[in-house]
Amino acid sequence: MALAKSHAISLLGLSGTVVEVEADISANLPGFVLVGLPDASLSESTSRVRAACANSGFPFPSRKITVNLSPASVPKSGSGFDLAIAVSVLLAMQVMPLPSTKTLFVGELGLDGAVKPVWGVLPIALAARAAGFETVVVPVANVAEASVLSGISVTGVASIKELVGKFRGVIHSQQDTHFVELPGPQENLASGLDLEQVQGQSLAVQALVIAAAGGHHLSMIGSPGSGKTMLAERLPGILPPLTVEQALEVAAVESVLGDAKVSPLLNTIPRFQTPHHTASVSAIVGGGMGFPRPGAVSRAHHGVLFLDEALEFQAPALEALREPLESGKVAIHRAAGTAQFPARFQLVLAANPCACGYSGSLTKPCTCTFTARRRYLGRLSGPIYDRIDIRLRIQPVRISEARGIGEANLSSEQAQKQVIAAREAALERLAPLGLQLNSQLPTQHLRSRFHPGKTATRLLDKALSNGATSMRGYDRCLRLAWTIADLEGATRPTVDHIALAALLRGSDSPGDDE
Amino acid sequence: MVTQNRNWLGQYGEQRACDYLVRQGYKILDRNARTRSGELDIVASQDGTLVFIEVKTRTSQIAGHPLESITQSKMARIRRLAAAWCMVKQVPNTQVRFDAIAVLVLGGRVSIEHLKQVG
Repeated sequence: MALAKSHAISLLGLSGTVVEVEADISANLPGFVLVGLPDASLSESTSRVRAACANSGFPFPSRKITVNLSPASVPKSGSGFDLAIAVSVLLAMQVMPLPSTKTLFVGELGLDGAVKPVWGVLPIALAARAAGFETVVVPVANVAEASVLSGISVTGVASIKELVGKFRGVIHSQQDTHFVELPGPQENLASGLDLEQVQGQSLAVQALVIAAAGGHHLSMIGSPGSGKTMLAERLPGILPPLTVEQALEVAAVESVLGDAKVSPLLNTIPRFQTPHHTASVSAIVGGGMGFPRPGAVSRAHHGVLFLDEALEFQAPALEALREPLESGKVAIHRAAGTAQFPARFQLVLAANPCACGYSGSLTKPCTCTFTARRRYLGRLSGPIYDRIDIRLRIQPVRISEARGIGEANLSSEQAQKQVIAAREAALERLAPLGLQLNSQLPTQHLRSRFHPGKTATRLLDKALSNGATSMRGYDRCLRLAWTIADLEGATRPTVDHIALAALLRGSDSPGDDE
Repeated sequence: MVTQNRNWLGQYGEQRACDYLVRQGYKILDRNARTRSGELDIVASQDGTLVFIEVKTRTSQIAGHPLESITQSKMARIRRLAAAWCMVKQVPNTQVRFDAIAVLVLGGRVSIEHLKQVG
């Protein structure tokens, strides 16, 4: 009798598959059947769509309505298909025309016909744009989130009635589409956290700037109250703002989590994630039943993942960091398919030096036994600790520093400028290799093309030959030295740079520096 | 009393349906064909095809469209009854079809909706 179709997107991870929603109205006993591998939440869609259309003044005919979601083999989930299903049925009922077949629909329906917000609108719009759609119709509440995209127009609808009115009437008018506003230079220090506020700790501040400039992972071991958290919180403020592309990737993750910002401007501030030490493996790397959701590592994409009390995390949660640290992404396997989330983050660990917290402290005696101390920090060694270039021991601030007698620290703004300049210098050198940061430099280049020269590495060579450092430690020192050289505007690392790098790198085993 | 009214309405609807079918060129073979497990409203034939017709009559749509009350299980029962009817009447091998007719009596106006091949 009547056949019509509309389009929607099925998301798995951040990648979407275009789903054709076909509606057929046939002269048969009344019924509403949804086929094409819907899951439980999507099967319920039939009841919502029927009521929403009826209460909007478009009751379904007393005929058999079959809706097919094709490709039928792709598992589909969630309430975001409601709008596309309603549209295809309304088209089959010839209630309204479809202005363009290059239109994609996403939204959940209320029984009264209201179009309600759903999660994942940004990656859906991204997938729609990639598939060649020109317009995406989204719930009004999701418009801001989707309109950061260029190259696809976004129309917000509040109800079925409004949608039908739009399609019946002003088909040719484009007044409701939103255009892209690219972000201007954004106030990166909006959080109110400035490096200036840190009293003393000049080595730690320097280390923080070096970590930011080279993308080096950082660990800080020190007694309670020595300012580890305070320092870590200020790292995002000195990182360069995200590029539009990076900001979109981050916004896509936040969109899937349903906590995208209401502002139509892209947020270009690197994110700062601090999962609690009781966090489960799924909370860290992502997971969940059926259709997996991103975890803390993906929320920290292009930003900072700060693990406070790192030694209190359960071992599997820490071990789960190995894959994203290596590859910059997480793959979560489920029966429905494999979901991939980006997870290229900068890791910052903070830990107490021992169970009582005062080992190595100059202010308070430690009450732990030697073995207890060794065992405590021993939890940190292994594959994760291995990837950390900068290993700081932090001492509580002395009274003279706290009163501001020492040198004042850089402001975040100054530090960010230095970081950006250093990154540009590194990029110029690394771009031919397809790399961006010194921390990514492969070993073979460190030993040939990017070796600082025998005179500069004299001390390090000696340390290697007498066994004080390993070959891996040697390479890590060189990477750090390159970043330090970039920060100081040197063309090659000098002896001094390498000495500082060796100091920051510390020992290969966290318990050894006592 | 209510039951009698309903019975009357049903009979009336079936009569209107029969009149309609005859006008359409159907030959009515049997009406209210009772067996132990139920009743077939109308059995007719058209161009050599045997047609079993379920008739639903309503005076309002408050409880929904009349056709909506023909459920899957009801259709299954009609199929069983049809098979039994063919056995009893010793119908030779022939084409069979299941139709549904909705008779809507609204304020003195009667509308008839005929759905073919619904089962």
